[in-house]
Amino acid sequence: MDGLGRGDRHPGRFFIATQAAERGIQVRMFSFELLLDAVVLGLLVGCFYAAVSIGLSVSFGLLDVPHVAHPAFLVLASYGAYILNQNGVDPIIAGLMLMPLFFVFGLFAYRLYYETFERRGGDAGVRGIAFFFGVAFVIEVVIILVFGVDQRSVHALYIGKSIDVGDMRIPLRLLVAFGVALTLTAALALYLARTFTGRAIRAVAQDELALRLMGANPIAIKQWAFGIATAVLGPAGALLIIVAPVDPTLDRAYIGRTFCVVVMAGLGSMSGTLIAGIILGVVESIVLTLYGASWAPAISFAMLLAVLAVRPQGLMGR
Amino acid sequence: MQQAERGWIFWTAAALFVGAAAFATLAIKNEYPFFAGYLILQFMVLATAWNILGGYAGYVNFGTSAFFGLGVYTAVFLFKATGAPLLVQIAAAAAVGALLGFLVGLLTLRMRGIFFSIATIALTIIIETFIINWKFVGGATGMPMIRPPATAPFDSYIKMLFVNGAVMVVIAVALARFIQGSWIGRGLRALRDDELAAACSGVPTLKLKLLACVISGALMCAAGAPNAMYLSFADPASAFNLNYSVSALAMSLIGGTSHWIGPVLGALLLGSTQQLLTVTISSEVNVLVLGLMLILFVVGAPEGLLGLFRRMRARFSGDAGGRA
Repeated sequence: MDGLGRGDRHPGRFFIATQAAERGIQVRMFSFELLLDAVVLGLLVGCFYAAVSIGLSVSFGLLDVPHVAHPAFLVLASYGAYILNQNGVDPIIAGLMLMPLFFVFGLFAYRLYYETFERRGGDAGVRGIAFFFGVAFVIEVVIILVFGVDQRSVHALYIGKSIDVGDMRIPLRLLVAFGVALTLTAALALYLARTFTGRAIRAVAQDELALRLMGANPIAIKQWAFGIATAVLGPAGALLIIVAPVDPTLDRAYIGRTFCVVVMAGLGSMSGTLIAGIILGVVESIVLTLYGASWAPAISFAMLLAVLAVRPQGLMGR
Repeated sequence: MQQAERGWIFWTAAALFVGAAAFATLAIKNEYPFFAGYLILQFMVLATAWNILGGYAGYVNFGTSAFFGLGVYTAVFLFKATGAPLLVQIAAAAAVGALLGFLVGLLTLRMRGIFFSIATIALTIIIETFIINWKFVGGATGMPMIRPPATAPFDSYIKMLFVNGAVMVVIAVALARFIQGSWIGRGLRALRDDELAAACSGVPTLKLKLLACVISGALMCAAGAPNAMYLSFADPASAFNLNYSVSALAMSLIGGTSHWIGPVLGALLLGSTQQLLTVTISSEVNVLVLGLMLILFVVGAPEGLLGLFRRMRARFSGDAGGRA
């Protein structure tokens, strides 16, 4: 088990290097062109960050579940997409196929969490965090035992190709991920804003007692919401393995990124999640360009600390 | 009266413990038992230190690896720069750990619950990243450490580290025991149950939290210092491994957080199981068992082994459901 997110795991590392090489510029030297590349890359990767964080924005942001195992579920979904892809399914279709399975998985996970922690009250928070860390560890090791520690990747028509925009060569896999990520985030935001259950979920986040007094069952709504939050991880996990190869301990690199995005967004804000994802993506890729990959892992956590210290309610705080 | 009597028993047991450890190093020739035993002692210190903040005050510190790794690298830096002996390395690490603990204590001003936990993970990664980019101590690839010859009564360095570890366990446990029984422990428990109410009733919450963080941090860092010499190697990925954080927390929760003996029991149980599994099966299975036991205890026995013992005793003394 090696350490947490190494710099070489950043999804944009190839992009920066090839882009710089093509222009005959050394990475780590400032140039306007490289900065522009970094911003474009950051924008693409940032939407992808929003997509992998949006489930946590529901489970942690709206439901207050200390879901530290979210990135582990995400990596699990990537391996699910990998298995289906081995059988000839396109990774994005595979991600969609995983959704019902993950929805049911989420229902059970919340039920277990509720029965053992929320209902007992007391210092549930402390043990809840410990519980989810245990779950994350178990998932990580089970993946290692089944698949080994090697990196895995998927095959699809759009992987390995790139298109030229101006004099910038953008990998098609990042563009596809960008499109799917935007769609996914928008779909979930619409679901929460427009549908009856979506509104019920936001209501339970605002005032659980009031909902109970109206005769609704807040636990059932929360369970449903947690199921949705987990189901979204199907396509998000597919994106993770489309953007870059995945290995079993990758979840550790995404603890910082997902929580940074969700907290910066303001707990439970969907539009905030998108904006925060883009901010993180752009800042990360600029630092990657100017200072090299070895500084990348600290950025999301440093931004998270800064947000917690300066503006704990986030950009769009409720 | 009873307090003084218990103190007498505690210190006799502690002296016997260290004495037995020292005697074993003279009597047993094979190095392996000490090599394995050292790890268990190290985890006893880590779990005990974690419990001072996590158990008594209810702040879940996930930055055990930050303190541990910083301890490792304080030792590495001192050894490379000045060739300082082991005890100096440990003392310096304790000082650095106290300083970092103070900073973490300041974090508690603004954060509680999961935010505090995430912030301490953040600290781990940020410090690790700085070490990775610091060429003097070897950067990401790490640095081999050449052990100096062991000092007088010991015939090998590992045995010396083992006795040193036993002494550190006694120091850590004595500190935890003192805190638990004194006004510090009462204050910490009060602020764990309700921080606002504690502050309103005149408990100096900030001072107590800072104190707990400083002591806990100094112990964790000190526990990390001998690790570079133990492995004869130091690299950021293993020094700052998240497994230390989860182990320290799991051992405390499994043992029981309400009493100083809890983390010691948890470290003994989990530490020896892990050693056994790593040797007989694989290190992956060892992490799997760590995760499963953590889940099992958190769900099934929220008060750990201590809670189980208490419940059993209540049942046997005919006091049905006595502690409910």
